Amino acid sequence: MEKILVGLKRVVDYNVRVRVKSDGSGVETDGVKMSINPFDEIALEEALRIKERGEASEVIVVSIGPEDSQQQLRTGLAMGADRAILIETDGPIDPLSRARVFKSIIDQEKIDLVLMGKQAIDDDNSQTGQMLAAIWGRPQATFASKIVFEGDTARVTREVDTGLETIEIDLPAVITTDLRLNEPRYVKLPDIMKAKKKTLDRTPLADLDIEAAPEIKELVYEAPAERGRGIMVDDVAGLVAALKDKGLA
Amino acid sequence: MARILIIAEHDGIRLNPSTAKTVACAAGIEGAEIHVAIFASIAGEIAAEAAKIEFVARVLTVERPENEHAIGALQAPQIVAIAAAYSHIFGPSTTFGKDLMPQVAALLGVNQISDVMSLEGTHTFKRLIYAGNAVVTVAAPADSVVVATIRTASYRAAGGGNKAPVEIADAAVELPSHTRFVNLQSGKSDRPDLQTAAKVVSGGRALASAENFEIIYKLADKLGAGVGASRAAVDAGYVPNEMQVGQTGKIIAPDLYIAIGISGAIQHLTGIKDAGTIVAINKDGDAPIFEIADIGLVADLFQAVPELTEALG
Repeated sequence: MEKILVGLKRVVDYNVRVRVKSDGSGVETDGVKMSINPFDEIALEEALRIKERGEASEVIVVSIGPEDSQQQLRTGLAMGADRAILIETDGPIDPLSRARVFKSIIDQEKIDLVLMGKQAIDDDNSQTGQMLAAIWGRPQATFASKIVFEGDTARVTREVDTGLETIEIDLPAVITTDLRLNEPRYVKLPDIMKAKKKTLDRTPLADLDIEAAPEIKELVYEAPAERGRGIMVDDVAGLVAALKDKGLA
Repeated sequence: MARILIIAEHDGIRLNPSTAKTVACAAGIEGAEIHVAIFASIAGEIAAEAAKIEFVARVLTVERPENEHAIGALQAPQIVAIAAAYSHIFGPSTTFGKDLMPQVAALLGVNQISDVMSLEGTHTFKRLIYAGNAVVTVAAPADSVVVATIRTASYRAAGGGNKAPVEIADAAVELPSHTRFVNLQSGKSDRPDLQTAAKVVSGGRALASAENFEIIYKLADKLGAGVGASRAAVDAGYVPNEMQVGQTGKIIAPDLYIAIGISGAIQHLTGIKDAGTIVAINKDGDAPIFEIADIGLVADLFQAVPELTEALG
């Protein structure tokens, strides 16, 4: 295949303990470390491995978000992507609109495979990949833990509630990636320097003429109900007694 | 009046309990008429099961050979074919529903509400984001269909005893052939299903090997419990992926959850926050799991767990 398109979302780093703003308008993001969504990083790693095996010729990373998303795209280029596309918007953007943006890029670039994370760790939606497959009219393989290509098809093993499901899909297709697909590489300093010379195209979202999806309004954010700290017991006998107290043993 | 279509999850033989939990959520909308749709190659027994679920007004069946395995790209167009009569379309937030429902939403031109944990009105819902670190209340537009997945851990399954009529639905649309089922590798187990078990015992990285997990199984069998694991234990290959509990694994709500050798990363905690009682056994007294445990024991699991199994005899 020729081109692989990889979605990279800029999200609050997974190590940050996210806090809800006191006025309920969102979560604190000021001064908070931002990173590539970890599932998207796995998607990029897989794309790079496919290219390195000689099964694809170009890896394009795309992000839809604020100007600062360039940082995540530069990291993607340093990992080994060939070029980057930033669709710029400062406002929130919903999954269906994201899917429509991907579709408009696919229409221009003739993409053979789209890889992205199975979910983003900020909104935990798990929608964009499936929506893209639906509006593109192409196959999807969600939650992938193994991908093998055979000619114009891919055999994808998926992590599902009942175990590991394998499906065969025709290309082009959308594959969303799960944790155990691979372990992403570390970026080396010389690669960061080289990445600065790679192409990063910026286009305002408004220029794409994307049909707006009906808006789901976020009314208020709250901290979740806390589970209080319980009791500590000294030994197994104490644990058994505490369980019996609660009628659980 | 709300007319709600629920997409049944099943394995071709039996209905998955996630369906009755999704029904329980839908029943929270006052005066809603709830229909359950079954897409299967042979729907008979599954439909009979669905017809018994409390609150269900009608069961719809669509039998086609293409529905032998649940493939989102094949089910979504069939759902869209019968969607016009409904104000809401719900599926469970399991890997089945997560794969399928966003496709339905996209084909209907709307966004999906993922992982509904409570209803605040016919078009207003609460959901967890940031690995459970925040709850957001969202409102779907009143003039378009609501497509949502329901966080099954937030609901108790609707009861039985109903006798809803079963009808054949007309969903005759052309389906693509671009996606083909190959196989399913499933760990066979006689233990209670992790997602519905009243008691669950989970092991973490501290178990240190697949062989050592035996002490977890022994305790679970003594309690009649299901068995889960942390991501670290699955990544290390001690147990298969379907046992993972957490943000990216299974979200569960047993009456009793015993976390053994699990430090308690936020991504794990989000999968168990609705459990009735959480017990933690860990060598490290500073492990974050103790911040949310109802009963904590600082101990070497290799001594404490066999001792506990013995004591429960």
